[in-house]
Parts: sequence; C-alpha cells; structure tokens
Amino acid sequence: MSASSATSTAGIPIHEALCRWVFSSIGKKTIVAVTGILLVLFVTGHMLGNFTIYFGPDLINSYAKHLRDLGPFLWVIRLGLLAVVFLHIFFTMLLWKENATARPQKYAVGDPIKTTVFARTMRLTGLIVLAFVIFHLGHFTLLIFNPSWAHLDTELHGETVHDVYRMVVLGFSNPVVSAFYIISLGLLAFHLSHGIGSLFQTLGLTTRKMRPVYEAVARVYAWALFVGYSSIPISILIFGLGKNTIK
Amino acid sequence: MNFTLRVWRQDGPTTSGRFEEYPAKNIPDEASFLEMLDIVNEELEKAGKESVQFDHDCREGICGMCSLTINGVPHGPGRGTTCQLYMRKFQDGDVITIEPFRVGAFPIIRDLAVNRTALDKVIQAGGFITARTGSAPDANSVPIPKVIADESMDAAACIGCGACAAACPNSSAMLFVSAKAAHLGLLPQGKPENERRTVRMVRTMDEIGFGNCSNYYACEAVCPAGISASFIARLNRQYTSAAAREAVGATTI
Amino acid sequence: MSIDAKIPAGPLDKKWSSYKNTAKIISPANKRKFKIIIVGSGLAGASAAATLGEQGFNVECFCYQDSPRRAHSIAAQGGINAAKNYQNDGDSTFRLFYDTIKGGDFRAREANVYRLAEVSANIIDQCVAQGVPFAREYGGLLANRSFGGAQVSRTFYARGQTGQQLLIGAYQGLEAQVAAGTVKMYSRTEMLDLVLVDGHAKGIIVRDMVTGEIRAHAADTVLLCTGGYGNVFYLSTNAKGCNVTATYRAYKKGAYFANPCYTQIHPTCIPVSGDYQSKLTLMSESLRNDGRVWVPKRKEDCGKAPSEIPEDARDYYLERKYPSYGNLAPRDISSRSAKEVCDEGRGVGPGGLGVYLDFGDAIKRLGQKVVAERYGNLFEMYENITGESAYERPMRIFPAVHYTMGGLWVDYNLMSNIPGLHVLGEANFSDHGANRLGASALMQGLADGYFVIPYTIGDYLNTQFGKAKPDVNSAPFQDALAAVKARTSQLLSIKGSRTVDSFHRELGHIMWDNCGMARTKESLTEALDKIPKLREEFWKNVNVLGKGETLNQSLEKAGRVADFLEFGELLCRDALQRNESCGGHFRSEYQTPDGEALRDDEHYAHVACWKFEGENATPTRLEEPLSYETVKLATRSYK
Repeated sequence: MSASSATSTAGIPIHEALCRWVFSSIGKKTIVAVTGILLVLFVTGHMLGNFTIYFGPDLINSYAKHLRDLGPFLWVIRLGLLAVVFLHIFFTMLLWKENATARPQKYAVGDPIKTTVFARTMRLTGLIVLAFVIFHLGHFTLLIFNPSWAHLDTELHGETVHDVYRMVVLGFSNPVVSAFYIISLGLLAFHLSHGIGSLFQTLGLTTRKMRPVYEAVARVYAWALFVGYSSIPISILIFGLGKNTIK
Repeated sequence: MNFTLRVWRQDGPTTSGRFEEYPAKNIPDEASFLEMLDIVNEELEKAGKESVQFDHDCREGICGMCSLTINGVPHGPGRGTTCQLYMRKFQDGDVITIEPFRVGAFPIIRDLAVNRTALDKVIQAGGFITARTGSAPDANSVPIPKVIADESMDAAACIGCGACAAACPNSSAMLFVSAKAAHLGLLPQGKPENERRTVRMVRTMDEIGFGNCSNYYACEAVCPAGISASFIARLNRQYTSAAAREAVGATTI
Repeated sequence: MSIDAKIPAGPLDKKWSSYKNTAKIISPANKRKFKIIIVGSGLAGASAAATLGEQGFNVECFCYQDSPRRAHSIAAQGGINAAKNYQNDGDSTFRLFYDTIKGGDFRAREANVYRLAEVSANIIDQCVAQGVPFAREYGGLLANRSFGGAQVSRTFYARGQTGQQLLIGAYQGLEAQVAAGTVKMYSRTEMLDLVLVDGHAKGIIVRDMVTGEIRAHAADTVLLCTGGYGNVFYLSTNAKGCNVTATYRAYKKGAYFANPCYTQIHPTCIPVSGDYQSKLTLMSESLRNDGRVWVPKRKEDCGKAPSEIPEDARDYYLERKYPSYGNLAPRDISSRSAKEVCDEGRGVGPGGLGVYLDFGDAIKRLGQKVVAERYGNLFEMYENITGESAYERPMRIFPAVHYTMGGLWVDYNLMSNIPGLHVLGEANFSDHGANRLGASALMQGLADGYFVIPYTIGDYLNTQFGKAKPDVNSAPFQDALAAVKARTSQLLSIKGSRTVDSFHRELGHIMWDNCGMARTKESLTEALDKIPKLREEFWKNVNVLGKGETLNQSLEKAGRVADFLEFGELLCRDALQRNESCGGHFRSEYQTPDGEALRDDEHYAHVACWKFEGENATPTRLEEPLSYETVKLATRSYK
C-alpha cells in the first residue's frame, strides 16, 4: 500500500473532524436544536412538577423535598442545565453574528415573505425569556427579593420542610409578578412555536408531507405549555387557590 | 398603465449606490416586468441617461439569469422568475422599488446586476457525478424506481438563480445546495460520491460566507422552480451522518 | 474551388467506426501541452469542455452569461432523440438517420447524419451516468415519447425541462473539470474576434463584460459552440443575448458560412401582442399531440369569440391538408400553413396573427384532469403570459423563429475551412439540412461535444507538434486587439439619436417581412436594398451611452446588432440565390400546385458556402455537392 492511500484511509484526527462539524453551519444549528430539545424536556418536566400544586400543599412540598434530597446530584442537573443554556445561547449568537455579516447591505423595502412572526422574533423572545429565567431563579430559588421566604416552614409527615406551596401562593399573589410571569411564558410559547417545529427540520426528520404536521403539533405543544404554566398564577390570583394558607 | 420606479443605481462594485426615481409611462398590461424596464431604459437613453443594467437572458423562466428584488421580494410577487412577471399583476399608479439581490456572497457588479459565481463554486466543490465520457454502462442497466427519479427531478429543477439566498433573512444558500445534494444523491449513480459531495458542498458554502439556515422557509416561498425545503432537512441529516462517519474514520471526504 | 468534406471512405454504417480505428491519437503526456479555446458553454461547448478537460487537454472556456449553466440550450423543453429502440417499436440507427435526412429535406450530409444517429445511444448512457433524471416507467426503466412527427417513440425527456437537465449534466461535468484544474472558465466574457496566425485559428479577442477589458487569448485550436443566429429577426424564441458575433467574425476572417437561409420557424409560440415585446415564448410542440389547430372558415368570423363559431364554420386546416399526420405535421409545414391562413385574412387575435390550438375535444375525450396532468404547466405558462385560460378558450398560437440550421461550414472533423477552427452544435451547419426535427438539437449538441470532437480534434492537433506556440504579444493578436478596441470606441463615439434596440427591431421587421416563413425574389431584393441603408444609418446615428470600462449592456447589444446588420444581408443573399423551396426555406415562386415546397435537386442538392471577400464586396458563393450514396432523394410528403 502506498503512503498516500494509507493517509487517505486514516482521514483527519477525530477531534479535528468533530471541531469541523461543530463549527459548520449545520453543526452549529444541530447543537442549538439538540440543546433546544433538552430545554423543552426540562420546561415540560418543570411544568408537570408545578402541577403538584393543584393537589394541595403536601404533594408539592414533598416533591420539592425530594428534589432537595438529591443533594450533589441536584447540582449536577443544575450545572448541566446551565451548560445546555449556555451552549444554546452561545451557538445562537454565533449564528446570528454570521448571518448578520452574510448580508452587509439590507433591503430598503422589507417583506417578511413567508417567515412567521415567531421565527423572526426568536432572538428577542429568547433573550427576554433568559431575563425572565434569571428573575425567576432570583424569585423562587435564590429568594433575593424575599429572603424571609427561606423561613416559610411547614410540617410534612412529621418533618419540618420548606413550605414551597405557601411561597408560590405568596409570590403569585402579587399581580405584577404574575403578569410578568404570564407575559414571559407567552414569549416562551412564541419562541417554541418556531423552535420546536424547526428542530425537526434541523435534525433532518422532516419530509415534505410531515413538516406541516410537525409544525402544527409543535405550535399546539408550545401553547399548551403556556396554558399549563399560566394556569397556576391565574388560579392563585383570580380563583384564590391556596388563599387560606397565607392569611 | 403608469408606474413610478425606485431603482437602485450603483456605478460599480466598489462605489456606493442610491435610489433613483423614474416614471414608467404607458406600459401595456401584457408587458412583462423586464419589457417594462426595456421601455423605461429606452426612454432613459433617449433622454441621454445611461440605461439601468439588469441581468436577463432567456426571458422564459428557465435560465436563472434574471435577478431583481421587487418591493422586497426576489423575483417579485407570485411564483416564477422576474421575466415571467407581468405588469397586470400591479395596480396602475403603483410605486415599485427595484433592488438587486442583496447577498454578501453576490457582490453587485453594477446597478441591479450581481455576481453569482459563488454558486458555481459550490458546484465545483462536489455538485457532480464523476462519469468519464464514454465509460457509461447502458442507460437501462440500472433501473431507478419512478418515485426516486421523480423526486430527484423535483430537486434537479433548480435554476440556480440564487433567489433563495436573496430571500433568506440570513442570506443562506441551503436550498440551492440541498437541491443539488438531493438531485444527485437520490440517484444510484450518485451514491458512490454522496458523502464527499455533501460535505464538500456544505463546507464550500460556509467558506464563501453564505449565512446559516434558520428554517424561515422564505427560500421555498420565492423559489421559481418550486424546490421544497424538505431537501434542506435531508441535507442536514446526510451532512451530519457523513461528518460523523468521517470523524470515526468510516469514510474520507 | 473544391470543398473537401473529408468524409471517410467505406459503407455509410462503417465510416465512423473505421474513422475511429484509424484516427490519430494524442498521448496523455502531449494532451497537457495543447491549449484549446472553447467559446460558448451550451450543450456543445460544455460537453466538449468537460470531455476534453477530462482527457487532459488544457481548456479555456468562455461564455457571455454569468454562469455556464445559463446557456440557451437550457430552454429546450421537449426531449432528446436516441436510437435506443427501448420501446421495441422498430427504431434503429438507420431509421433515425433516415428520418433526420428526410426531415432535413435531403439537404444534409449523409455521413455526418449517420454518425449522429450512431452516437445518439451513447448520449443517453452518458447522461444517465452523470445523473440526468430522465422520466421513467414504474418498472424503473427509461420512458420515451413520440415527438415532432416521428412514427416511433425515441424521445427521452425530463418533464418539460430536458434541455435544462442535459445542460446541467454537462455543466456539472464542466465544473468538475474546473475544480480539477483542466478547464479555466471565463464567464461574462464575450468573444469579439477570431485571431489567425499564418492562416490557422490560434486565438480570440474577448471583452470582459464586467471590467470592459479587451484582451487576447491564444491557444492551439479554437472551438466555436456559440449557437444560432435567430435573433437576426429580433423577435425569436432565442435568449436575448444569443448572437451571431462569434461565427460572423470567424466568417469575416475567412470561414465559410453555410446555408444561412435555413431558418426554422416553430409553429407553436405565443403570438406577438405589441411592439414593446422583447421575445417570443415557445409552447412545447407536444401540445399538438392533443390540441387541434383551426381558424374560422370565413374572415368575418375572426373577430368573434371562438365559442361562438360553430363546428362547421371552423377550418381544421392541418387535418384537412395532411390527413395522415394531421396536427402533428412537421414544424416547417405547420408554420407555413399557419402563415397561409393568416395571409388569407383568417388569423385570429391582435393583428390577425394567430391560429387556435383547441383542447376542447381533448378535454371532452380525456377529461380536464388528464389534460391538466399532461399539459398543466404549459397551460399555466400560457395563462401567466396572456391572462387567458386555455381550459376555457382555445390557445392562440403563431409561428416564431426558433432554430437556425445554417452555420459555419465544417468538414467531417467538425473543422471549418480555416485550419484549427472547429465549430460545434447549432453554430455549425452540418446535421439538420434545411429543417431540424424536434428533439434533435439536443442530440446534435451533445453528440458533437461528447462523442465527435474528442475523436476528431486529434486530426488537426497532430499537425501542430513542434509548431511555435501562438503568442498574444505577436502582431496578429495585437492587430486584432487594436481593431476590436477601435470598433468599440467607434460605437461609443457615434452619439447619435437612435437606441440600439430601435435598429434591432427595425432589422427584425425587415427580416421577418421579407425573409420569414415565405420568401420571394422581390421581397429578398427589397431586403437587400433596405438592410445596407439601415446599417449605414446605424453607424451614423446609433446612440451608445456610457463607458467601455464597466458593465455596459447597450455597448454589448450595439456590437451584436452591428454584426446582425451585416449578417442579415448575407442571409437574404443566400435565400435569394437558392431558387428552390426546401425545409425552412420556402420561396413562394417554387411550390407545387397544392402549395408544398418544391425542391430542385438537380441544381440545389448542395451546401451553399459563403466566402467573405472584404467590406462592402459581394461575398462569393461556393458549393459543396451533396452526394447521396445510401438514401434516395424523395419528395417529402406528410399527407
């Protein structure tokens, strides 16, 4: 075997090949799509967890306790999520920068053509949702705005646990907080209205026939998340869910 | 019919451009958009002004040379190329803004004419099947299912005009590249070079400086050949699989 | 003066194989040393560039479009003929050969046409191998259709875009060679002159249409693949940029122009609707498979809506005159019949220049759905252009200039009388005689580029070993360069009062009225009087604005129209001298009592070759006799 054919079958080193893929247009998009899937799964799981509030204080408080009891493993999940969020944003920004330079001179007359408002506002909605997530962490996890919530305790099966139920009810009793929450989730639904359908295309799962189906299902799913999440502040603020616990 | 045209004028590739306004008077409604421009150009020349330079050739919607963005839409309203747009689509008195295809990878040559050799470069990177003349087996020696041949033809219908990149908010040429990858990759004759072709075309597209696909689908909305963006999904899949196989040494590009 | 076509000896069906067996071959090491210039990137040019590049020659290819993929071959709709006999309907190489010779009204060279039929099958193999997605049957084998009046199904097609698919195949092959470094592509570059060194074609002068730079390129041989000259009529189905400049400049350098009067008028085009019109759109001939052509029997009915004209007041003139072929009569015959009925005042639509192509019966017989499946895209195109639905009222069609059978004279090697100048595709005169059959243009372009020139080019190149390489700084190149520059500046300096287009349009009117579907001695004499006057006015009064150093489409057009203004005269002169009617050349004086073309085989069974004798001098007409060894000349009847 000649030297040249030996090198040609060996190809390029694996890390170099991966790097080339990651930083190719399709590679970057794929990373955004895959991290997007993880985030959608997280958002879905989070919502299902939130629904425990409808079954009374005990269930949600025990759910929260179980989460806390994960200990170091919780931190693995948290850091993992953080990494996913970082990658999602980092590659989006990289794509954004390249896309902006790909058209140095804009059209004088703009026409959206077939692009949806959801698709065109992805970066905006994404960034606002990011701001909301930071607020939301400060609000319910780090308790920056109400440090006293750290001492909301209750009895659960003979143990003293953090009363998440009361904290949530207290939190959403503030109409401004609830409004911000609902608006932000609306924007998240906007983001996912394009995002979920789009990831099928990026991952190469669509066909001419299936694309409209994926898109419709994705849109329904995005807005179902919105309805699911928003139902909680609305139930608290308007229908008085858990009112008796905060008197 | 009478119109007011706002036309992009630019003296050369390095100079800056500007809009100029010209009246288009007494235009028959059976005239095509390019014939309307011919009339305006003749009037301009009679008045001692240089005519507006715009690309066109076959004027029957197949060569892909015409390349105008009309009121923000490449090839203007309706499906089809600029040359197949007729003035009856407009209202008397309309103000029509005409710009070149604005894509960084398509530098303006003059006025409305742009340089699209970037698309040829993508083809050079791998958009072909190596078949030495005279070496081909009998044409019927490899039967191709009709559905495959038809799908390949759907992709092969691309006229290479570049409207996809011009319409894409990101100036992405993915529709063009994916159509070529599908046209050749679907056919049994194109299989041996499939991975190499796919990866090389995508890399070249990236290097040239086209933007990235954001699944906006503006490309397929303006495509005069009706190329479906589902070919982009196919390209995404095939590119990632080929790149992965390259990474683990299962193939070389 | 004798003209030697260098036809190999031996029986017709052995000529090409014996030629190939004894053809001079150039070794791979020597191929690299030869540079070949190819002008034009259509089917002929792109396939030649791809093949010669692949063989190892050093190729430079030029096209005026922004990409080689845009050459006008792309617009061919119908298909490509090949004697594959996949349908088992009795087709053979000989039958394709005979149909082509007969279709050309016995005015083509036997040996060339036989070779064309012979290599036709290889073309299909080649195209399939390179990924042309031809139509297929459910079993996966290739589909065929009958086309353009053939009695066998030998036409391969890719929807209505066969030309596009074949060209893209050749273009991809070309681009692969560009990537391999054997072909250098110059797009947006127009050839403005041919350079001869010691009587051999050794280079060209081009203008870079972007920078305006005029420069010389030298090579060992030059291939012109620059298409036809239909735009001499201003309105035609050709692309706007198609022009005669390359071949006409070669003619002025001494290449013979053969049979310029053979122009094909395609019967099914969308009629002209006004003076502003820039081009005519062809509707695929396949429409005639199901559409019925008619006009009202009485002039008075012409203004009426077609639905108001009862069946017995309609004249289905093709079915009446040609009962066996009916609506499928060959192009020249259908076109002329349309002209006849319009001349009688029975034409329909604006200016009375149109006939109906009616799908009413087909819709009744097959249902609208089937008709839409077969012709939907054509109906859509028709509606887009005319604003009328052909499902509701008959289409209006009228003949339009489509293809030119004439071109530079070439021998069996596809070399012109200028050593080193090869001419391929529509630009040469060789294979279609006086009339081309449908789906044969694509066949010829690809045959010449893929399968003929790669074998025949060695014949010339072998004589060039050891010869000094042409030098662009030598006198012949510098002189030609200076002449082209002078002409360009002259065009820019006239600063008259008429636009280039207005001259072109006027020339087109003269050509169409006097040298169109029917020609007479009087009309041609009139044209020969008018054209020089128009040309004179052009050089005094044309207004070309702008500079030579930028993209300047007015300047490009002016150069092309200037050549058309000379070439139109040559075309009319040829038409005047050919005192017979054959194929696309119909002289009203020469017709049978029932209006059919009347050939004069005794005096005109030859190729007319025009030799340039100097500016304002009358060119000389030379003859290459056509000797038919195999076929018997017969009257072409489609009754």
